[in-house]
Amino acid sequence: MSDPPVSRGFRGRKAPDAPADRVPPGQHLTSDFPVLSAGPTPQVNLANWTFALQNGGNLLRKWSWAEFEALPQTKVTVDIHCVTTWSKLDTQWQGVTLDTLLEAAGLPQAPADFAMIYCDGGYTTNMPVADLISGKAMVATRYGGKPLTPEHGGPARLLVPHLYFWKSAKWARRLRFMEKDEPGFWESLGYHIYGDPWREQRYAGD
Amino acid sequence: MPATETVVDAPRRLPWRTAEVREVIAETSRVRSLVLDVPGWPGHRAGQHVDVRLTADDGYQAQRSYSIASAPEAAHVMLTVEQIEEGEVSPYLAMDVLPGDKFELRGPIGGYFVWTAKLDGPLFLVAGGSGVVPLMAMLRDRVRAPNPGPALLLYSSRTGDDIIYRDELDRLAARGDGLTVVHTLTRGHPPGWTGGTRRVDREMLAALGFPVAASPRIYICGPTPLVETAAAALHDLGHAADRIKTERFGPTGGPP
Repeated sequence: MSDPPVSRGFRGRKAPDAPADRVPPGQHLTSDFPVLSAGPTPQVNLANWTFALQNGGNLLRKWSWAEFEALPQTKVTVDIHCVTTWSKLDTQWQGVTLDTLLEAAGLPQAPADFAMIYCDGGYTTNMPVADLISGKAMVATRYGGKPLTPEHGGPARLLVPHLYFWKSAKWARRLRFMEKDEPGFWESLGYHIYGDPWREQRYAGD
Repeated sequence: MPATETVVDAPRRLPWRTAEVREVIAETSRVRSLVLDVPGWPGHRAGQHVDVRLTADDGYQAQRSYSIASAPEAAHVMLTVEQIEEGEVSPYLAMDVLPGDKFELRGPIGGYFVWTAKLDGPLFLVAGGSGVVPLMAMLRDRVRAPNPGPALLLYSSRTGDDIIYRDELDRLAARGDGLTVVHTLTRGHPPGWTGGTRRVDREMLAALGFPVAASPRIYICGPTPLVETAAAALHDLGHAADRIKTERFGPTGGPP
């Protein structure tokens, strides 16, 4: 492959505080927290809110907001990476890990190898279960110590920080285990089926 | 023995292509359009975007997403870029680039915030600032529709001097093919101004917009506060959530 063309006069200004081992290729640091969603922000009434685990078409367990809040909580500080090329370091989240949810549902292990997340507003995203368990993911309800705001996915969003941030679905309501991997919303519209930022898997075929 | 391979139906990777700047158009004091020659460009749909990658002479690279401003049938790809304070890529594209300069481009990207002249029914566009760019691609595409449905662009800018594509929007609205363009200015307006004089709000959307029964396709693009306000208000007014497509931008924006 030939060298990329040099853009005459472009110097760039790589942030001196950007640690190379924390900023994946093609990404740059941001200090704000951009909001990116494909449609209106859903208005959620906590009195009607539930979060469900499903295996295929079978309901495994459903939690009300009060029941969900009573589950053991986990706090994490993680770096997040959006496919639109911003990364944000040391973001602080609190929520319930998928390991805790499985345990609370009485499941010694996940019943299938893949999962689809369903959200208010109709958004979906898919991933292997291996990327959700062993402390790798949570259903987050707090950001920076405060309840998650609606535009950032409140009351509850998935947090899978080691994948591009579209996988960390806002307004998460249901996780369905499935035998085969299937594409979710952006994965059906040209984005990568898995989305590892360190392998720069932005779009289908990357 | 001939080697055999398992043929995997893997999607083809979107390649980086070299774009050469053919023409630079000053739109406002902070916004320029770049008309690009992109050999091998596969075509796009109105509303899609590209990733742009700049390479410095020491090999350093920076990458950002920009909406496509040109219609799908245009001979050249046009990007319109606003200079973001403290930005790394946008000041170069919006201020420094000259005809003949080259950078890389990858796309088109995004299959949701898209519109084509083949779609019928009313088209309702709400833009804030440079959020007008992907919506302009839709209006440029609309010109080729034989019997276009009614269309409305509600476009919020800071001042009259910040309106992007002002003359072209005037010309498109003067065609008499059902397009109405309404400007609103949020930071002062000139004497004799007949457009809006405040931020986009529920009252403005209710008064100007299509009725719910007309089931318009709604596209909203701009800074997050405008998009949140407009999308929530239109949903609240009764427009179906799946008819309201949004794209937010900030210093680092772009979908998803």
